[in-house]
Amino acid sequence: MAVGVALGALVLGITACSGPDGHERSEDGGELTVLAAASLTDVFAEIGDAFEAANPGVTVSFSFAGSAVLAQQVIAGAPADVLATASTATMDTAAAMTGPPEVFTTNTLEIAVPAGNPGGVTGLADLADPGLTVALCAEEVPCGAAAAAVLAGAGVTAAPDTYEQDVRAVLTKVILGEVDAGLVYRTDVASAGDDVEGIDVAGADVVRNDYWISVVTGTDEPDLARAFVEYVLAEPGQAVLAAAGFGSPESAGVDG
Amino acid sequence: MSMVETGVARSPGPRPVGTARRPRERTSVGLALLAGTGLVFVVAPFVALLLGAPWGRLLGLAVSGPALEALWLSLRTATAATALCLVLGVPLAWALARTTLPCRGVVRSVVTVPMVLPPVVGGVALLALLGRRGLVGRHLDAWLGVSIPFTTGAVVIAEAFVAMPFLVLSVDGALRSADVSLERAAATLGASRWYVFRRVTLPLVGPGVVAGAVLCFARAMGEFGATVTFAGSLPGVTRTMPLAIYLAMESDPELAVALSLVLIVTSVAVLVALRSRWLRPSGGPS
Repeated sequence: MAVGVALGALVLGITACSGPDGHERSEDGGELTVLAAASLTDVFAEIGDAFEAANPGVTVSFSFAGSAVLAQQVIAGAPADVLATASTATMDTAAAMTGPPEVFTTNTLEIAVPAGNPGGVTGLADLADPGLTVALCAEEVPCGAAAAAVLAGAGVTAAPDTYEQDVRAVLTKVILGEVDAGLVYRTDVASAGDDVEGIDVAGADVVRNDYWISVVTGTDEPDLARAFVEYVLAEPGQAVLAAAGFGSPESAGVDG
Repeated sequence: MSMVETGVARSPGPRPVGTARRPRERTSVGLALLAGTGLVFVVAPFVALLLGAPWGRLLGLAVSGPALEALWLSLRTATAATALCLVLGVPLAWALARTTLPCRGVVRSVVTVPMVLPPVVGGVALLALLGRRGLVGRHLDAWLGVSIPFTTGAVVIAEAFVAMPFLVLSVDGALRSADVSLERAAATLGASRWYVFRRVTLPLVGPGVVAGAVLCFARAMGEFGATVTFAGSLPGVTRTMPLAIYLAMESDPELAVALSLVLIVTSVAVLVALRSRWLRPSGGPS
């Protein structure tokens, strides 16, 4: 079961790496390609289904990966219509190729441990224990930057055994039980169900990740892309995000 | 075959030219065009990488501490993985080519599975076997307190897993095309199987073994998916060059290009050195 979940996550990762396909417009609908941060994998799939149901004939395809990779793909001219990243810095990277971005949700970090908490982890200080196996995101990606800020705020020097490429890779290692603890988003803990337990991090809400969304410049489907962005910002999208544990955009640190 | 004959016929010069050569020449022009396209197909992306390289700060980026650390780790692990493949892969190839193993065809196909498997899936498979909750790994953890993932040893295992088929296929092919009469002669003179393998078979297929080892090393140097899944990514311990390059893409694409060039230059240097040392027509390991 756990391996199945992890395998699914990895396969998603592989398809994300291969990048979006070219566009093939259908007669009345249209095809939308959305590049979205790895931590949005479950919620955006759900929002995409709802958006398709609300707009018959429209197909939404997603490419989920680390935000920085997505930003690079957009700069390099990937045929995408909408970009959603998990940090302000990564959206700034892609600024030359996007319209004005908007904050659509926020997220905070939590410690994820395998079911049963085999390492007996109780808080951030345990991440400094060299006897425990710990996974963090690399500092180059948003979840890693947030983890570094949270650890610095708590005065903890972590002793990680691996710096993973994106937050889903950390989650996968926790689900498989290969690590005793990992720092991931609250929403990732929720999405993993019974395979993972979450441990609150004191002071985590001080370091908040703002999620930004924007229409990509030069899209073939500007109206449809705009409609998708508004769908995410409005009630239907926000309800899905809230149900998964994401914060409301009003709580964002920066004015969207 | 006709290409080879044409080439041989042309090079000596003084030999009279026959009229039968004409149609052959036309064929070879078509083949040359395709061959040239093939070469461009392989080389053009590399040229584009070179043209886009940050030459101004290339040296500074390439010889930075983290880059050298990752390169050194890659060289060590790829060498260890190649050694592991030689120790286990050559006997396996021998068993495939020289014994009447039951279901040999099936075994031969199974051995090549890591070649077609997405390496990330290979990494998951290694976790399923050797991870802390893996089939074997959980016992290693419980009885010996040994945990393999996230260690340099895990990198070597991941690289050897994906690179092994290259060695086995190469040596298997060499063994099957080698003349078995010499081995039979040695056997009739009373040599043991192990002695024949060591003193007759191995020298016979030496170039095939080296060619396989070279392929194996090259594949290990470039390994990414199985390593990042099974071994993780920690500087100096498990973050090999391909992992460092992929991570650099996140923050500094120019650094990624610089690291890629370092990896390419190093790999080509090692491969050329191996080829010129071991793959001369007369030579072969003794």
